[in-house]
Amino acid sequence: MFQALADPTRRLMVQRLCEGPASVSELAAPLAMTLSAVVQHLSVLEGAGLVRSQKVGRVRTCRIETQALRAAEHWISERRTLWERRFDRLGAYLAEQAEKPEEGNGI
Amino acid sequence: MTERSVVHSSFVIERLYDASPARVFAAFADPVAKRHWSACHDEGGLGEHELDFREGGRETMRGAPAPGGVYAMNATYQEILPEARIVYSYELLRDDVRLSVSLATIEFHGGGAGTRLVFTEQAAFLDGHDRPEAREQGSRIGFDRLAGYLAQQQAPA
Repeated sequence: MFQALADPTRRLMVQRLCEGPASVSELAAPLAMTLSAVVQHLSVLEGAGLVRSQKVGRVRTCRIETQALRAAEHWISERRTLWERRFDRLGAYLAEQAEKPEEGNGI
Repeated sequence: MTERSVVHSSFVIERLYDASPARVFAAFADPVAKRHWSACHDEGGLGEHELDFREGGRETMRGAPAPGGVYAMNATYQEILPEARIVYSYELLRDDVRLSVSLATIEFHGGGAGTRLVFTEQAAFLDGHDRPEAREQGSRIGFDRLAGYLAQQQAPA
């Protein structure tokens, strides 16, 4: 559904951040990869608006930013519902037309 | 200050209609027919609608003023293959703020008794704009929903 979450490592990072904010090295600790690879994954998550990070002194702290995700999720289900209602009405309209084809556009 | 963010997503809806591809396609091509099924009172009231159904042509919809704001849709038709495919891009605005930009593809598959319609929307959702009530609901549901979503994602992978 969301490109940024298609990657299993990034999902692990987001799951970890759901428990609370963490530094980059804390995020990297359970992962078998270099710090720079972790930073790259982070930048994808930040680019997608899912994670925010802030540098205080020498420590970069990351936290989850769910508002964009929740808003998007809501928006998508709203869009889908809207189109489903429209396609229901299209079906009704087509059925109506089939019953009285001589009446043209059937307003 | 507006926080900048983009979330990409897509969804697909399939329907089977007991009508020929020509008739289903016509319901998209004719402005009167299109209004008949695509605009309704529960989507911000009947507003203005214009449809110039040709490649490069535009379609605009603007809802009547409502408590939730005035919604507007501006589309451009990229490809029109009669009775086969329609591809268009569109932006959605609320009170002139852009909520999303989407690519929509509608495929009409004939062959059997009727028409199988496949609607695919690929969207860039901008800056997390949503309705205030959605935000409240969102904060109530909180991280549970995200966790559930992540679990769901992991299952098929």
